[in-house]
Amino acid sequence: MRLDILREMNRERAARRAVILVTDTADGAQRLVREAEVEADPLASELSARFRSGKSGIVEAEGRSLFLTVQVPPPRLVVIGAVHISQALAPMAKATELDVAIIDPRTAFATPERFPDVTLLALWPDDALAQLPPLDRYTAVAALTHDPKIDDPALVAALKAECFYVGALGSRKTHGRRVERLTEAGLSDEQIGRIAAPIGLDIGAVSPAEIAVSVLAQVIAALRRDRRRAPA
Amino acid sequence: MLSTDTDILATAESWREAGRGVALATVIETWGSAPRPVGSHLIIDEEGNFLGSVSGGCVEGAVIAEAADVIEDGKPRVLEFGVADETAWRVGLSCGGRIRVLVEPVA
Repeated sequence: MRLDILREMNRERAARRAVILVTDTADGAQRLVREAEVEADPLASELSARFRSGKSGIVEAEGRSLFLTVQVPPPRLVVIGAVHISQALAPMAKATELDVAIIDPRTAFATPERFPDVTLLALWPDDALAQLPPLDRYTAVAALTHDPKIDDPALVAALKAECFYVGALGSRKTHGRRVERLTEAGLSDEQIGRIAAPIGLDIGAVSPAEIAVSVLAQVIAALRRDRRRAPA
Repeated sequence: MLSTDTDILATAESWREAGRGVALATVIETWGSAPRPVGSHLIIDEEGNFLGSVSGGCVEGAVIAEAADVIEDGKPRVLEFGVADETAWRVGLSCGGRIRVLVEPVA
């Protein structure tokens, strides 16, 4: 790989932009294709499909065997609530390759002492999200404050941005009231139905750390959904 | 902890910029039960330092050895590893799958 191409791939990834590197496996010749340039490429339809699936792989074209390195934005997790569960969740999520950001307007909760080494914004969700890269299909959002004033705006933004995972803490009763509020806010049943609530896989979690495990497992399940469905 | 494929490509860039000879190995095809998915990376420098994984450990020694030649002559190659009963615990995949790995110089 040419160093300039490698540098460009790393830069695009940092900026959360998708690219595909086309490599001729016989002679190593390469070109980098950005999502915006795909239409003009001779492999346009193949590359478009790959941008959607996010999967790397071999394609045979014009008698050549080409390897497509598909690089989509790295998955990230935005946590609403600088709470005890979040303190356990942040390092676990980082260990599984998720970029983590934590948002909580309550400055007593959102302190660097409680959340070292993680992006922390002591702002209301609308203001905090404006300072981060836009929510997208490669982002998971977990709302953990229990406070509708804080959780609801983030949930609305996450559902509208089609985040790959949207979860909210709270009992079924709490969620029932949440559904009513989100319906009043104009979200469709289908959109609201995408919320994982009560949040987390049902593993009988009790402690904050165990709940964090159940949330992270559910995020990973959503991220790898296609892989889980694929035949063995 | 440098273990993700993102870290690995970023590290390949920094190794090369520090003047080290670097090869990049990528899993380009898998059949059956393969330990690492297509697109997984391993980087190797001229002194045999490496980072990442293309096989969960079982054939990495062979890839690293080949990488020294790739850094030397600057030519990419495709290596294939599979299970052959009697060699499964030498250079092969004990899990029973087959993989193809592209090893290319970073130049």
